[in-house]
Amino acid sequence: MQNSGIEVLFEGSNFERLLGGLLVTIEISFVSIVIGTVLGIVMGLLRTLNVKPLQALLRLYLEAFRIIPILVWLYVVHFSFTPLLNIDISGETTSILVFSLWGAAEIGDIVRGALQSMPKHQEESGAALGLSRGQLYRYILIPQAIRRMVPGAINLATRMIKTTSLVVLIGVIEVVKIGQQIIELGVIKAPTASFWVYGFIFILYFAVCFPLSRISRRVERRWQN
Amino acid sequence: MINTGELLLEVEGLQKSFGERLVLSGIDLQVVKGEVTVILGPSGCGKSTLLRCLNGLEPVQGGRISYHGQDLAGPQVNWREVRQRIGMVFQNYELFSHMTVLDNILLGPLKVQKREPKEARQQAEQLLGRVGLLDRKDAYPRQLSGGQKQRIAIVRALCMNPEIMLFDEVTASLDPEMVREVLDVILGLAEQGMTMIIVTHEMGFAKSVGDRIVFMDQGSICEIAEPQQFFTQPATERAQHFLDIFQY
Repeated sequence: MQNSGIEVLFEGSNFERLLGGLLVTIEISFVSIVIGTVLGIVMGLLRTLNVKPLQALLRLYLEAFRIIPILVWLYVVHFSFTPLLNIDISGETTSILVFSLWGAAEIGDIVRGALQSMPKHQEESGAALGLSRGQLYRYILIPQAIRRMVPGAINLATRMIKTTSLVVLIGVIEVVKIGQQIIELGVIKAPTASFWVYGFIFILYFAVCFPLSRISRRVERRWQN
Repeated sequence: MINTGELLLEVEGLQKSFGERLVLSGIDLQVVKGEVTVILGPSGCGKSTLLRCLNGLEPVQGGRISYHGQDLAGPQVNWREVRQRIGMVFQNYELFSHMTVLDNILLGPLKVQKREPKEARQQAEQLLGRVGLLDRKDAYPRQLSGGQKQRIAIVRALCMNPEIMLFDEVTASLDPEMVREVLDVILGLAEQGMTMIIVTHEMGFAKSVGDRIVFMDQGSICEIAEPQQFFTQPATERAQHFLDIFQY
């Protein structure tokens, strides 16, 4: 036990620092997911309207995030846009910006899909009972759309959490970066430090993402049609 | 039997078109309280469209639909109110998939009619019992067969206490062995004196449930006759031709 290297995790404030790094990861993901969801719902609704130029524009926007790697987006915004526009924003803000825009694109597509897949008969059956427009949305269309959206949205959330590991490359000190710092300092005393530190980070990511994917699976099974 | 009693619904010169295409060209029809009207006709003759017009699901382009002194073909119809009194059941048994059977049935009575939950629930359960599905009241639509879903869709419409029921090919998407159970429910309603307009392709059923047959072709009514008369000696050639298709 003395020289296993695991003690590197608990030396000084290492443990707290790693958890602090995780907090940055969670913060970037959480804020981006919230902003992305709000923007995405608006975008999804816009995409169900039949306005040709708007369709093309939003489609292009979605494809831009699907085709261009997030890392490139981070670089472009952090190293090109901000100096070009002469604004000074932190790497963390840049990350939130990029992740929010990405989330908006994907959530927009999920919302659009859910709304467009709603059978017309559901609406007519409700109307035939005398439900008002508002009641139709409240009791029938929105609850069903949400059921169709949740699995995709949770899947996106876990993808975003995992992808935040890239923000280290624009200088954000999050959990992976702190891990690297700890390893660099500790590797001379404990050659196996990287195993323990990355192992611990592995567990941290798992602890955050696994419950989400479980929720998604349960929700999916419960609402299966 | 034909056209005696209180006049509930009167359709005069009803016109409906989808774009350039005229699908209903001057329909005249009267529906008397307690009467079962069966509408027959080849596919695309406009029979389903006619039903949908009576429930405001399709806007009309001309004519009159008079219901309790109100013109349903006119502007500013309060369809929310009318639809509570003219119930409709569709071909695609569309129960609300995220609600239990009981919640499906109670949505209209509670949210639209704002009825007392206890009383509405009692009626829902009593109606479910009548179609033999009381034990399925907490099931979700996905757990039910097509025939069961369609019987529940009928109960859902009935629980609003409508004055008239419209049935739009309600057995057309069912497996053959489930058609009977649904038709029996409608037959039961006829016996209780429910006023109904039924669009169907089940000839035997039309014969036994209908007080009269309305035969439509190409957007207009060709013939109105008692079932006995219609199925043995139709007055028009088109009706005869239509009936021939159903005989092997």
